[in-house]
Amino acid sequence: MNTATLVSIRNLVKTYQRGSEKIEVLHGIDLDIPKGDFVCLMGPSGSGKTTLLNLIGGLDSPTGGQIEFDGDRIDQMGSGKLTDWRAHHIGFVFQTYNLLPMLTAQKNVELPLLLTKLSASQRRQNASIALQLVGLQDRAKHKPSELSGGQQQRVAIARAIVSDPRLLVCDEPTGDLDRKSADEILSLLTQLNQEHGKSIIMVTHDPKAAEYAKRIVRLDKGTLVRDPA
Amino acid sequence: MFAWLNQIVQVSWMNLKNIPQRLGTSLVIVVGIAGVVGVLTAILSMGAGFRATLGKAGYEDRAIVMRNGATSELSSGLSREQADVISGAPGIRRDATGKPIVAAELLVIADLPKASTGTLANAAVRGVRPGAFLLRPEVKIAQGRLFTFGTREVIVGKQAATQFDGLKLGSRIAFRDSDWTVVGIFEAGGSVNESELWADAEVVQSAYRRNGFQSVSVALENASALTTFKDALTTDPRLQVKVSTMKQYFATQSEMISKLINVLGYTVGLIMAIGAVFGALNTMYAAISTRSREIATLRAIGFGAMPVVISVLLEALLLALIGGAIGAVLAYLLFNGYTAATLGSNFSQVAFDFRVTPALMGQGMMLALAIGLIGGFLPAWHAARLPVATALRAE
Repeated sequence: MNTATLVSIRNLVKTYQRGSEKIEVLHGIDLDIPKGDFVCLMGPSGSGKTTLLNLIGGLDSPTGGQIEFDGDRIDQMGSGKLTDWRAHHIGFVFQTYNLLPMLTAQKNVELPLLLTKLSASQRRQNASIALQLVGLQDRAKHKPSELSGGQQQRVAIARAIVSDPRLLVCDEPTGDLDRKSADEILSLLTQLNQEHGKSIIMVTHDPKAAEYAKRIVRLDKGTLVRDPA
Repeated sequence: MFAWLNQIVQVSWMNLKNIPQRLGTSLVIVVGIAGVVGVLTAILSMGAGFRATLGKAGYEDRAIVMRNGATSELSSGLSREQADVISGAPGIRRDATGKPIVAAELLVIADLPKASTGTLANAAVRGVRPGAFLLRPEVKIAQGRLFTFGTREVIVGKQAATQFDGLKLGSRIAFRDSDWTVVGIFEAGGSVNESELWADAEVVQSAYRRNGFQSVSVALENASALTTFKDALTTDPRLQVKVSTMKQYFATQSEMISKLINVLGYTVGLIMAIGAVFGALNTMYAAISTRSREIATLRAIGFGAMPVVISVLLEALLLALIGGAIGAVLAYLLFNGYTAATLGSNFSQVAFDFRVTPALMGQGMMLALAIGLIGGFLPAWHAARLPVATALRAE
């Protein structure tokens, strides 16, 4: 594996069992994601892009093939180890934000830090910095229901970056937003990629969102169509 | 380890803060378990009350002598001669004048109307001699006076006075073809004697056409004098008797009723507990279902499966504990001290107070926790095994 490569995927296969039927969703994917890359995964519904994203993010395990993340074979990790690995290396941004409704923005951002040995005051401080970075420090005490969709997604991004992960995994991050908010979120992601060196892999249906990425990887029926890298 | 505990605390705290938003479903557990614990505690408090009432007469330094093979006073029989032999046995405490403290008594049944229903029920009438009062110094006249020996007068235990109709001071009651006047109400330290009517033994013998007694009770010099007393009687060829301390006697007497109440209590409690377990299962599954995306988000971020399991279990246990506490307190407030009566082993009414003891309340709380644990485990396990990728997209 090249030292400049963050994620290396070889012959990746994912099969789901539905009753007695086996459905192969990914048919032997090969893909490299260099450090500092901003990759956009596109493809029609059912092409396997979210499945691939989940496998890269360690939310699911492959049926065959291998996924190497900065030298570590995550396809060989058990559930518990994979959970720890996610906590240290991956920041997730979801289409529906997935903030915890009873927690304030500040507390939502602090969540990943509860898995670290940081003191409460250090956690507060780091979460404030992350909120500042996404421009929402003045909304720290607001609950998700008191924020707009764009603001909620920015809180989710602050939560994704607060523990300084290597890779941001974004699943349709602008899917629920209007154009203006979507552009703000995509600009924020670009800023994180360019100024803070975060590698990003993003699934989207939106061609305009894809324009923010450094490159586009297309999937169709579980096969990689084009990888310009 | 610290990080793991921290995860449990944080996830549990979030769960608990979320309860007000799921108040309705959470109340299913609380109310269900409160019902189980309340009913179980109330039923078992009957047994505790019954045992306590009989136990109050259960002194170790008093002995009761009955015919060999008799299971209660009613099935016993001793002649006057035998009573005299027993009175002369060694080991019996003596009064100030040097006479042995002995109470040869007969116990008969009178049909009297119950105050609650008006139907006839068995009232225990104890024929006593003066020694009965020396033997039981706890017997005190609360109202009126002691009956005059040789007359058809009775004194009535304070429980009997409330359980039966027409036993007020000055009332005249009819049984065994004659009228008896109630001249006093007595207390006996809350013991089973308070459910009885006492009259002169000779008069009762005459009314019931009896010649002998059913039991002879004695005050022992001390608890260890039982062996001397017992050995003297059981080796005497003139007697075929069994000797037990009052404590042993009443423990045996209360055993059957206590067992019956316990079987009833545990059976009803078990059936209700099964229902409550399903209620808890339903509630916790609902709680997890509405929070499956939150749980999946926590798992995606890096929270482990075990903290999620434990936090769900803790929530179920907390709700169970609240339900259990409510049930136990309600049982205490509604039933502790409530007076009821049942047929004792002498086929006569024994009045007793329900006793909701701390031990029974603790037992109820343990049952509540067991229900919470069983009802919470499967949903907790389910929560931990939710496929994260799928649950993240749940509505």
